[in-house]
Amino acid sequence: MTVSGAIDCDVHPALANTDALLPYLDEYWREMVAIRTVENLDLGSYPPAVPLAGRPDWRPQRGKPGSDLALLQRDALDAFGTRFAICNTLYGGPYLPNDDFAAALARAMNDWTTKEWLDRDPRLRASIVIAPENPELAVDEINRVAPDRRFVQIMVLAAGERPLGKRSYWPIYRAAEKHGLPIGIHAGSSFRHPPTSLGWGSYYLEDYVAHAQSFQSQLLSLVAEGVFVEFPLLKVVLIESGITWLPAFLWRFDKTWRGIRTETPWVDRPPTQIVRDHVRLTLQPVDEPPEQARFERLLDHIGSEDMILFSTDYPHWQFDGGDVLPEGLSPQHRRKIMIDNPLQTYPRLAETRQEAVT
Amino acid sequence: MPQRYVVARVGDIPTNGSKAATVAGREIAIFDLDGEYFALANRCPHEGGPLCQGRRTALFESKRPGTFVTSRPGEMLRCPWHGWEFDIRTGRSYCDPDKMGARAFGVTVEPGARLVEGPYQAEIFPVSLDDNYIVVEI
Ligand code: FES
Repeated sequence: MTVSGAIDCDVHPALANTDALLPYLDEYWREMVAIRTVENLDLGSYPPAVPLAGRPDWRPQRGKPGSDLALLQRDALDAFGTRFAICNTLYGGPYLPNDDFAAALARAMNDWTTKEWLDRDPRLRASIVIAPENPELAVDEINRVAPDRRFVQIMVLAAGERPLGKRSYWPIYRAAEKHGLPIGIHAGSSFRHPPTSLGWGSYYLEDYVAHAQSFQSQLLSLVAEGVFVEFPLLKVVLIESGITWLPAFLWRFDKTWRGIRTETPWVDRPPTQIVRDHVRLTLQPVDEPPEQARFERLLDHIGSEDMILFSTDYPHWQFDGGDVLPEGLSPQHRRKIMIDNPLQTYPRLAETRQEAVT
Repeated sequence: MPQRYVVARVGDIPTNGSKAATVAGREIAIFDLDGEYFALANRCPHEGGPLCQGRRTALFESKRPGTFVTSRPGEMLRCPWHGWEFDIRTGRSYCDPDKMGARAFGVTVEPGARLVEGPYQAEIFPVSLDDNYIVVEI
């Protein structure tokens, strides 16, 4: 049911703990890791013990789900005939409130990704991890890592300090555009703010479902603030955002824009059109009822076949067996989702692909 | 065959003001733009808001976020119900100009002396020879 040569746009190699980054930190920050007791900076959004964080048959004997390269190769790459997989390591380090420490950990994570993952399997690609709250340091890191063409994207969390459209973040987008790197916004929160706009819920269920609200707010902000007007080549990928909320959100966005558009005159066409041109979403976790052909209808509502990018979300437990694709996709849609759309979105993949052929 | 209707006396509509008139069973909104006249159906194509009561603004555009370009003062009409904008010259909406618009009608100014000769419908009020009148073609 999958297509060979698939491009998996979201897999999660796990970082065991901050100690695993010690070889990639300089002496000062190594010492700070020791004395500031930051050995575990797992994101509250993905506690390793919750069932969602690791599919039972993908969990290693010991250690976090996603921490073992051999398992990732077998269960994520070989199992789906994957040509490339984009590694998005989730860890709280880059979201420490201390800008310098956060930037040092982001930098160490990128070097760790290179050494421990990219260098060990030619199918692996990765997102550049940044600490976005200090855009100047973030841009330095992007410029440092971007020459390695195996880094195909820049990743931030869906919920940080401020809405991502704000101009203070624009240096990051300028760098992204310059290097041909999409911005990947991954589900997750630094918990500077409650995960819902109403305040704190009581359950993990609430946090996880509410991610869709964070994604909506980020899309609103990026479009309303004019990020895609200022950076016309920029692409944004919503990773692990779910999909079904998108059409209803866009209808509401367009409708309201019609009456209030003079507030933001740079938004000079309906938001839906802007989103279709600039925004992509990864497939898993696909929040669609399993009836035949429902997913095709959802694509109809979105009005574009170009927007969905294949992902397994390995090792998160979003589906069982090989059931990674929604029911009822036409062969041509399957191919678009698994190969063509990712290649269009990540120009660096196409480039390395060509090299591999010649 | 379109008919021509006398809808107002020049001077009845204040400068840059508007007036609604019912002509041949239709509500028409007539706008003055520095002495030029335009007429649109007085029914917003969205849900029927009375366009005649809409706020008149310039056309607001932008080349870059945070910059504002203002042109054509008074030529955009904002529906009083949900704020969609229409070009008073053409009736075209800003948000969907090709598909969504208020119907526009031709307007001329005619001296009363010519009007009494016809063939004009002056069903709204009597025409005097000495005044000028706004005539809408429907
Ligand atoms: S009725 Fe005019 S904008 Fe809705």
